[in-house]
Amino acid sequence: MNFLTIFKSRSLSGLLCLVFSISTLISLQLNEINDHALNPFIVIIIAAISLALFVNRQQGIFLLSICFAALFSGVWSVLSLIHSLNADTIIGLDVWLFVSSLWFLTWHNLVQLSAIKTLNKFMELFLTVVIPLLFGSWIFFLWEVITIGMTVPQVLLPSPSLIWQVFDGAGATLFADFYQTFVRSAIPGFIIGSGSGFVVAIAADKIPFLQRGLIPIGNFFSAIPVVGIAPIMIMWFGFDWQSKAAVVAIMTFFPMMVNTLVGINETDKIDRDLLHTYATNYWRELLSLRLPNAMPFILNALKINSTLAMIGAIVAEFFGTPIVGMGFRISAEVGRMNIDMVWATIAIAALTGSMFYGVFALLERKITFWHPSMRKS
Amino acid sequence: MSEPTSSKSSKSTSIDINNLCLTFETQTEPVHALSDINLQINSGDFVSLIGPSGCGKTTLLRVIADLEKPTSGTITVEGKSPHEARLDRSYGYVFQTPALLPWRNIESNIHLPLEMSGYSKHEQKKLSQQYLSLVSLIGFEKKYPWQLSGGMQQRVSIARALSFNPDMLLMDEPFGALDEITRDRLNEELLHLWEKTQKTVVFVTHSIPEAVFLSSKIVVMSARPGKIINVIETNFSKDRTFDIRETPEFLEVSQLVREGLKEGHNDGS
Amino acid sequence: MEANRILNIIMSGSVGPVVILVSIIIMVWYAGAVYLNSSFLIDRYEKNNIDWSLSELATDSWSMERPVLPSPHQVAKELKKTIWDKKITSKHSLVFHSGVTLSSAMLGFAMGTFLGILLSVGIVYVPALDRTLMPWIIASQTIPILAIAPMIVVVLGSMGIVGLFPKATISTYLCFFPVVVGMVKGLRSPNIILVDLMHSYSASKAQVFWKLRIPASIPFLFASLKIAIALSIVGAIVAELPAGAQGGLGARLLSGSYYGQTNLIWAALITASVISATLVSVIGRMERSINKRMGLQT
Repeated sequence: MNFLTIFKSRSLSGLLCLVFSISTLISLQLNEINDHALNPFIVIIIAAISLALFVNRQQGIFLLSICFAALFSGVWSVLSLIHSLNADTIIGLDVWLFVSSLWFLTWHNLVQLSAIKTLNKFMELFLTVVIPLLFGSWIFFLWEVITIGMTVPQVLLPSPSLIWQVFDGAGATLFADFYQTFVRSAIPGFIIGSGSGFVVAIAADKIPFLQRGLIPIGNFFSAIPVVGIAPIMIMWFGFDWQSKAAVVAIMTFFPMMVNTLVGINETDKIDRDLLHTYATNYWRELLSLRLPNAMPFILNALKINSTLAMIGAIVAEFFGTPIVGMGFRISAEVGRMNIDMVWATIAIAALTGSMFYGVFALLERKITFWHPSMRKS
Repeated sequence: MSEPTSSKSSKSTSIDINNLCLTFETQTEPVHALSDINLQINSGDFVSLIGPSGCGKTTLLRVIADLEKPTSGTITVEGKSPHEARLDRSYGYVFQTPALLPWRNIESNIHLPLEMSGYSKHEQKKLSQQYLSLVSLIGFEKKYPWQLSGGMQQRVSIARALSFNPDMLLMDEPFGALDEITRDRLNEELLHLWEKTQKTVVFVTHSIPEAVFLSSKIVVMSARPGKIINVIETNFSKDRTFDIRETPEFLEVSQLVREGLKEGHNDGS
Repeated sequence: MEANRILNIIMSGSVGPVVILVSIIIMVWYAGAVYLNSSFLIDRYEKNNIDWSLSELATDSWSMERPVLPSPHQVAKELKKTIWDKKITSKHSLVFHSGVTLSSAMLGFAMGTFLGILLSVGIVYVPALDRTLMPWIIASQTIPILAIAPMIVVVLGSMGIVGLFPKATISTYLCFFPVVVGMVKGLRSPNIILVDLMHSYSASKAQVFWKLRIPASIPFLFASLKIAIALSIVGAIVAELPAGAQGGLGARLLSGSYYGQTNLIWAALITASVISATLVSVIGRMERSINKRMGLQT
């Protein structure tokens, strides 16, 4: 009997979790026990569970829920420990070993969750939300442990809990920035840029000459670092939101134009012949064949543009702005070393950007459900 | 080579083709896709165009449908030019593949030509129901094309071609991509449809049994240049079933078509 | 007749339309320069009681020192001055600044491509990674990294990490995304029949990877690289924006904007566009030659 066969088809992450939790116990014994130490009871529980994971081949929903309960109590004990420390105490080896064992437990749980095959629609939706969320929470947990446990200076990287406090204190400022940058600059620019890109593409489509010229030129302009035009737009349109909207409009124009042009020309010959046999006129053909066919391309452009709009509006504010706006806030607070405020602004920007993108991703699912790439589930 | 015979029938002429040629200009040398085609098709006929690939049978069908322009010669469809016939929506065309729009469900795929011809919503609904039941697809109205099998999709496309009640049905190897069992069943259904609707059908195929079984007139073609070798009339009863495939008459006609194809092949080489 | 045919050949390709459209753009540009610069000039004329005609206004607006919109030939002159006339080592040479930007962009591009391929292989082979990572990779791109790029450079600088690397990380961050998305699609592109064929040869996982999945993903990789390389230039330029950056096209843009040297801004911008368009076409050419060797069309 080969030694390796014992390990075959057994949970490797369970084994690693066991190794690390036992080393945590050993390192706890070696250290002097003081008030601020890990609760050995929880460490023992984790070790016992990881042993069960390694020994037991059948992984059931019962074992998985116990794993989760243990994971959360472990995370909770670490969090309460680091928050009870003095500001300048660095956490010891035992905590790091314990965090590592918790990571392997998390990884084991993630693998188990990912392996669940379900036909239930709600279960599937639940899993697609929960699995990445679990991973994300782990990243925030690690961020918290590293910043507080290693006493990372606030100016370099504030802890998540510190950033969270900013929302309490400076909520009104953050909202004013959001309103200026997203509602007044990004959205109008996005609508103007995407809308005119679409209109120009439809207009150019009628003139093949224009079309052949516009696609290469559009591709060239897409390659331009458009953020570079921000100073020029400020010179033309002033410091307020108009110049930012102009930057966003220019950034979003070309992706939309090129995608629409390509999309409405990607029809199958057989479908065009079919409409030809119905003696269809140009506009009817556009409406019932070419535009629906271009929808995947157009929605793709909208998704690209949704992220470009946020980036364009914020970066444009670096070059000059009234004293409100997310880009202004970031550059001003960096100067004042209020990095927690910077990160709070970034968090809002990321959340807004994700939601803006999410709207179009959902719309894509609704509108282009028929496309092969969407049909799978 | 037998002359196409049209005078003996009392029916009116549906398609009249005289001295028709079509040459494609390519970068290397011109390709004579159709050369000196003469053909009369009466209304109510079921005509099959059969021949090896590259013989121009699909091209001929596309000329009738005004999807290609002939280089020389004349052609009238229902007494009009193909262009006018197309504008009048005189024919329904069934392609090799179903050509259903994936973003429309079955019902609204059938509504597509009806929308173009300005039917009311109510009429659209009525007609789609009528023709879906004709191809026995009631219950699938709200499904999307990609949720149906290939045979069902092709039946939808036939229903779509019939839905606006055109005088003619032009079919370009509609069952070419289907398995033989499905193909046989659809052949029977098509024959049944033809008998019920009395439409003129022009049907492109490269299967001899299919052509003989379905047609009242078989046009045998050869390649390079594409020309008509022979026109064979059949006289099977209209309510025939697949049983006739075992009869001596059926085998005789099949033999005639096969010889025609062979002759064309020898000519070409 | 012959002339007509030649005209037809030119117009049926994309060269003719592009040339004509570019000339139209340049003409609009000249007109725009007159329009945007005129109000300032007319003010000056009236202040000094100078009579003026439209042609004078046009020539004056095309030769201003600090125009709102410089005319194409002014930008061309600035480009000549900063590219040909200055020594490459000079702080005013655009060649020097382009080199600075290009080197950090290329380092970032290489790192981003490597990271992207690594992640995509992980995602394709480990189901847990697919479910955990993919949503975060998409979310990562909605973080306006361009907006915090200067801060990241400053923070890394305060930690003692200076030079090429901080700027390159920004490019890396922008580059890896299209590579991951394209490569995941590409590695999954072989259809089931081909995978089954490999199984019938009892091919190992590594053999399926190297002989089937990697070749199948090459077209997808190149499509992504074309996007990634343009992004790497954008990333490098934005990373150069914080005041005090030693060089680079971003630093030129910023100083041009501070001192109102519009000619300089336009020259830097056009240089950046030409560099990025050139890089994209280089990748495109590599793509075509590799596709040709693999027997694929275009």
